Amino acid sequence: MSVPLLEFRNVDLHYGPIQALRQVSLHVEEGETVSLIGANGAGKSSLLMSIFGQPRPSAGQILYRGEDITRKSAHHVASGGVAQSPEGRRVFPDMSVEENLLMGTIPIGTAHADEDLRRMFALFPRLEERRNQRAMTLSGGEQQMLAIARALMSRPRLLLLDEPSLGLAPIVVKQIFQILRDLAAGGMTIFLVEQNANHALKLSDRGYVMVNGQIRLSGTGEELLGNPEVRSAYLGGH
Amino acid sequence: MNMPERSSLDIRQPLLDSVLAGLIALVVFGPIVGVVLDGYGFNLQPARVAWIVGTVMLGRFLLSLFLHSVIGRGWLQRLDGGGAGVQVLAPDYRSRLRWIVPLVLLAAVVLPFFANKYLLTVVILGLIYVLLGLGLNIVVGLAGLLDLGYVAFYAIGAYGLALGYEYLGLGFWSVLPLAALTAALAGALLGFPVLRMHGDYLAIVTLGFGEIIRLVLNNWLSLTGGPNGMSVPAPTFLGLEFGRRAKDGGVPFHEFFGIAYDPNLKFLFIYAVLLLTVLLVLYVKGRLIRMPIGRAWEALREDEIACRAMGLNHVLVKLSAFMLGASTAGLAGVFFASYQGFVNPTSFTFFESALILAIVVLGGMGSTLGVVLAAFVLTVAPELLRSFADYRVLLFGMLMVLMMIWRPRGLIRISRRGFAQRPGVAP
Repeated sequence: MSVPLLEFRNVDLHYGPIQALRQVSLHVEEGETVSLIGANGAGKSSLLMSIFGQPRPSAGQILYRGEDITRKSAHHVASGGVAQSPEGRRVFPDMSVEENLLMGTIPIGTAHADEDLRRMFALFPRLEERRNQRAMTLSGGEQQMLAIARALMSRPRLLLLDEPSLGLAPIVVKQIFQILRDLAAGGMTIFLVEQNANHALKLSDRGYVMVNGQIRLSGTGEELLGNPEVRSAYLGGH
Repeated sequence: MNMPERSSLDIRQPLLDSVLAGLIALVVFGPIVGVVLDGYGFNLQPARVAWIVGTVMLGRFLLSLFLHSVIGRGWLQRLDGGGAGVQVLAPDYRSRLRWIVPLVLLAAVVLPFFANKYLLTVVILGLIYVLLGLGLNIVVGLAGLLDLGYVAFYAIGAYGLALGYEYLGLGFWSVLPLAALTAALAGALLGFPVLRMHGDYLAIVTLGFGEIIRLVLNNWLSLTGGPNGMSVPAPTFLGLEFGRRAKDGGVPFHEFFGIAYDPNLKFLFIYAVLLLTVLLVLYVKGRLIRMPIGRAWEALREDEIACRAMGLNHVLVKLSAFMLGASTAGLAGVFFASYQGFVNPTSFTFFESALILAIVVLGGMGSTLGVVLAAFVLTVAPELLRSFADYRVLLFGMLMVLMMIWRPRGLIRISRRGFAQRPGVAP
């Protein structure tokens, strides 16, 4: 068996006295789309941020391509090919769209910047229309596209997405997930953290369900979609 | 959304405003002006209060009336300037500056031929504050790290020259780069412990740092002479001195070049070197802002969490901002010391830090041109207002309040040029 691209081994994580993750183990293989679903406060975002060491796990190991990155700095991880679209999008409000995208090149330098900009504008034509506009003037969906595009600017091997559907209209969510489907079809490895279980599981090869900082269930996207527990808890029981 | 334009003037709102302003004036001035202590008793002076309140009400009424007129509304809208933040200019935007900048440069070159000593010293002081403003602008304006102890680096530069001369026999030229380096090291020293701090906490720590440096200079009598200060050598040009007679039997500058002795020579020289330094710093800063590091500073100001999520090395970015800002202040300190010929700790109080911060804020956070302008306004204006010396700080405060109401983003809003489509690359 080959080495997984990303692997969590029995990871514990604490915020002071509060335990956010308990013995979490999961793995993402190269080329896979994996989603992690769970309710508010289950620890999903903490898990994602712990890959960048913010905060650091209190026990266990995080491995990226077999290398232990549990104690590595964020920029080391980023230059290794992990990129993230953080929760709440967090685009730079006072920078133009193009400058936001250029910020994404920080881990790899600007050598491919022109080529990658062109690629991003092909993927997200809306961003090209707005390339000289300040990011704060974009709509929520456009900001999410910008956050994803910014992450892609570092030519990642692993794309981490934290709630790309957060606060977006259903039609925009559909667009975003269509884009993710295209990216996955193009061979990108995606690790997706979502509350919108329906969309996330339909997109994913495999999924994990997190409850109170623990992995409760795992399986293929279809298995989880059909699982009665998942259906009642996350899919509104229909 | 706009209200329909009213053809006739609405008198009610101005009246209301004026009554309100009158009430406030009554509360503020009533006890202060109206009750005069007289020995152990007091007497009331209602007439004086009435005068002041009346003036305030009339003024407020007229202002309100004007702002409600069509002209006034247009004026207000222009002042508002369309919200906050950075302007992104069109890629082919050509600013009027390309005419103004050469003119200003020309004026700067011609100035020494006409200026008397007084004007020259005022301009030198202005340029020193330009340097300080530019340096702090990197830290506060671009990287968004509120530094209230910036004057410490300024002091390090100034005392670097004084101490270097006293104990190591160094002169102006050798200290200039050394001071920049030392100040940068001090910046790193301060930078490390505050890497994890933001906002208020950072401000407090830097404030403390500024005071520590000043207090050390003030109290280390054996090294710095404490409040008595230290003398600073006059700068030299290729070893030629600017005095009437050179020390140690050397040849002074004016004899070497066969020109008449002019007591202003020293200031002319400082002015020339300072001007070149300012231009160099302006150029370097202009380049840095366009480089990834400049973008990283601004990104850090706008959203630190996003920066971390993108794997920005925030240690490097913060430290570089601190160090570059500090080294600029170190340079300014050397110029200040040689311009004064003397340093003592009273030049480096918290008020200086506040003044430099005011330059950055009034100029427009991050805006280079604004900072240059504000530095001159805030250093030259007090000179022009010498006859109002007693009210200087009051005027200063009023200026600040008005600025924050009408131009909260500073005199000149930071603007960035949009990107043009690169020929042959972008679709």
